[in-house]
Amino acid sequence: MAAVVRTLVGSATKLQWQPASVLCCRAVSTTMPAQDPAIPAPVSKPKGNQKVTMIPGDGIGPELMHSVKEVFKHALVPVDFEEIHVSEVQDWGQDHQDTVEKVIQSFERTGVGLKGTIHTPAWLQVGDLQSLNMDVRRRLDLFANVVRVKSMPGLKTRHHNLDFVIIREQTEGEYSSLEHESVDGVVESLKIITREKSQRIAKFAFDYATRHGREKVTAVHKANIMKMGDGMFLRCCEEVSKLYPRIKFENMIIDNCCMQLVSNPYQFDVMVMPNLYGNIVDNLAAGLVGGAGIVPGESYSHSYAVFETGARHPFAQAVGRNIANPTAMLMSAANMLKHMHLEYHGQMISDAVERVIKVGKVRTRDMGGYATTTDLTTAIIDNLHRGKFSNFA
Amino acid sequence: MAAGVFRSLSQGLRRITPFGARLYSDEARTVTLIPGDGIGPEISAAVQEIFAAASAPIKWETSDVTAIKGPGGKYIIPPEAQESMNRNKIGLKGPLKTPVGKGHPSMNLLLRKTFQLYANVRPCKSIEGYKTPYPDVDLVTIRENTEGEYSGIEHMIVDGVVQSIKLITEPASRRVAEFAFEFARAQGRDTVTAVHKANIMRMSDGLFLRCCREVAEDYKDIKFEEMYLDTVCLNNVNCTIENTAFSPYSDLCAGLIGGLGVTPSGNIGADGVAIFESVHGTAPDIAGKDLANPTALLLSAVMMLRHLGLHDHARRIETAAFETIKEGKALTGDLGGKAKCSDFTREVSKKVQEIE
Repeated sequence: MAAVVRTLVGSATKLQWQPASVLCCRAVSTTMPAQDPAIPAPVSKPKGNQKVTMIPGDGIGPELMHSVKEVFKHALVPVDFEEIHVSEVQDWGQDHQDTVEKVIQSFERTGVGLKGTIHTPAWLQVGDLQSLNMDVRRRLDLFANVVRVKSMPGLKTRHHNLDFVIIREQTEGEYSSLEHESVDGVVESLKIITREKSQRIAKFAFDYATRHGREKVTAVHKANIMKMGDGMFLRCCEEVSKLYPRIKFENMIIDNCCMQLVSNPYQFDVMVMPNLYGNIVDNLAAGLVGGAGIVPGESYSHSYAVFETGARHPFAQAVGRNIANPTAMLMSAANMLKHMHLEYHGQMISDAVERVIKVGKVRTRDMGGYATTTDLTTAIIDNLHRGKFSNFA
Repeated sequence: MAAGVFRSLSQGLRRITPFGARLYSDEARTVTLIPGDGIGPEISAAVQEIFAAASAPIKWETSDVTAIKGPGGKYIIPPEAQESMNRNKIGLKGPLKTPVGKGHPSMNLLLRKTFQLYANVRPCKSIEGYKTPYPDVDLVTIRENTEGEYSGIEHMIVDGVVQSIKLITEPASRRVAEFAFEFARAQGRDTVTAVHKANIMRMSDGLFLRCCREVAEDYKDIKFEEMYLDTVCLNNVNCTIENTAFSPYSDLCAGLIGGLGVTPSGNIGADGVAIFESVHGTAPDIAGKDLANPTALLLSAVMMLRHLGLHDHARRIETAAFETIKEGKALTGDLGGKAKCSDFTREVSKKVQEIE
């Protein structure tokens, strides 16, 4: 049986092996040893499973989480989920503080979580300018959002072999939720930039670049218009860059950056930027390599790590239609496992996802096929215990 | 959407200003020319040369714009330039440089404020003969120019904490929304998409969105859509949309069709003032070397001709420019050619005279 399997996927084992150290990242930890390409199957099988917080969120979130749970079950991942449902639209008009409190407490126990998108409606809820997403983000102080934009072999896009990282400050800036109507018909919205947080994200970006062997950090800003706010952000990045002489530092204005991203995205390596620009660039870049269903992302604070999709959309139109693409969430879950020192399982899952996409037989609609979420999940499960992972039971 | 692709730009831009006066006189019109910095003078000269070859009835009144300190310590643009603009109402402007993070405020911003240029119009259309990964792009971005993040109101509360104010007002939102719908109707476009981030900035962008919705009620013939800014960015690299209204987004479209060197732009203001500009930077590294690509300024000038009702001249110059690019013999460096700015200009001038 094993021999048959091996011949079947003979080509698959030739897949480019990505050292786990490149794929995963920790906000705060000591240096990580370079991973040997052949990660041995774990010898010890502890009785207790590790706990992970799971926030399915709105829209297709629960469907994606179901897919993750199925794959985890078949990959025999030693992880238990603490599932907490948070929604701003479903429990309309309720006080969410209890739920948020539950989320925070859960994260205090687990330290790591998988999160779908909590839908934020555009209309106003009286007296509540801050969205739930932002509330959770602030309470956990998830200041750094990291999205690695990487082309997936087998997926047809307009640019190929892209590989760059977008790091976004996500606690201040335009997302301050400080708004007021000074007189009728005139609204002021405050954008807050602080030196402390600018320095923190700049340091994070350079640390990330150092750890992952990247060569260049590009700061994205609009300091020609917002001379003080974005100016300070840019200065902080410049100052921090002096401490990392081996990493090249550049800066680029956001509008030019958007243009360069669609015309020549190969020039970017690590990009660091304030909140709203990060949101724009994340989505734009996700579009370059196949869309919101493909790109995983992660958010870090000093003590917590939250894994989510790179472009965060609830995609409510697809609810219940079984058409959502679970790739991004599965890759994100795989990254989470690598973060939790479950490299073996993480790699098994990400290899399986990559293999299915490379073969290209099972594709959801966003990838140009007609397969359902279930089809894709099943195909990935079928590919789990293959190749170097075949003797783990 | 496919039909839109084949619609010629000439048709598309015919009635760029539903509000401004339309001028049908045969007399030569005086236009204020602001050459700008860096490559500005070269490309302005190129445009003038091509206009002369096309014998377009335009008289140029060159005026330099540098920020000066007015009474009260505020930066203003020179009174001569302002007078010239007020007299002529129409301007053509090359790139102006803005020092990053220090010194005087952006000159572009100052111009916008002085003449209340509230709407920025940028058509983005693929040019035949210049290959990009995104063929068949045909969309127009309309952006509110006077407020929002660009209000320029910033202060440091305590050391290390800067507060920038994004200002959204109802009159300005309504004005730009009305302009967008008028524009869409005049051009025969069928959709207006309002781009916003009202899920995060619930009050300010919420106000903008509410204004758009209210205005949309008056334009039942045009489809109205709403989209989050991030969703637009995500979708835009995969498909094309028709009309939009918001800020940092328009340069993305320029990237879709091949750099800012080939996109024109117009600014429509109160009192019939309109300034047409090329939206690229000053490119100080190639300034004075005869390497710049004058297409964007030329196309902006063409947009200006249409605004003035000089459709025939506009068509001839535009056709000549597009044909030169299509032939690919006299392309400048940014379009992958080896020609100089003057070669390109000569080629276009020659073609203009040949075209009936």
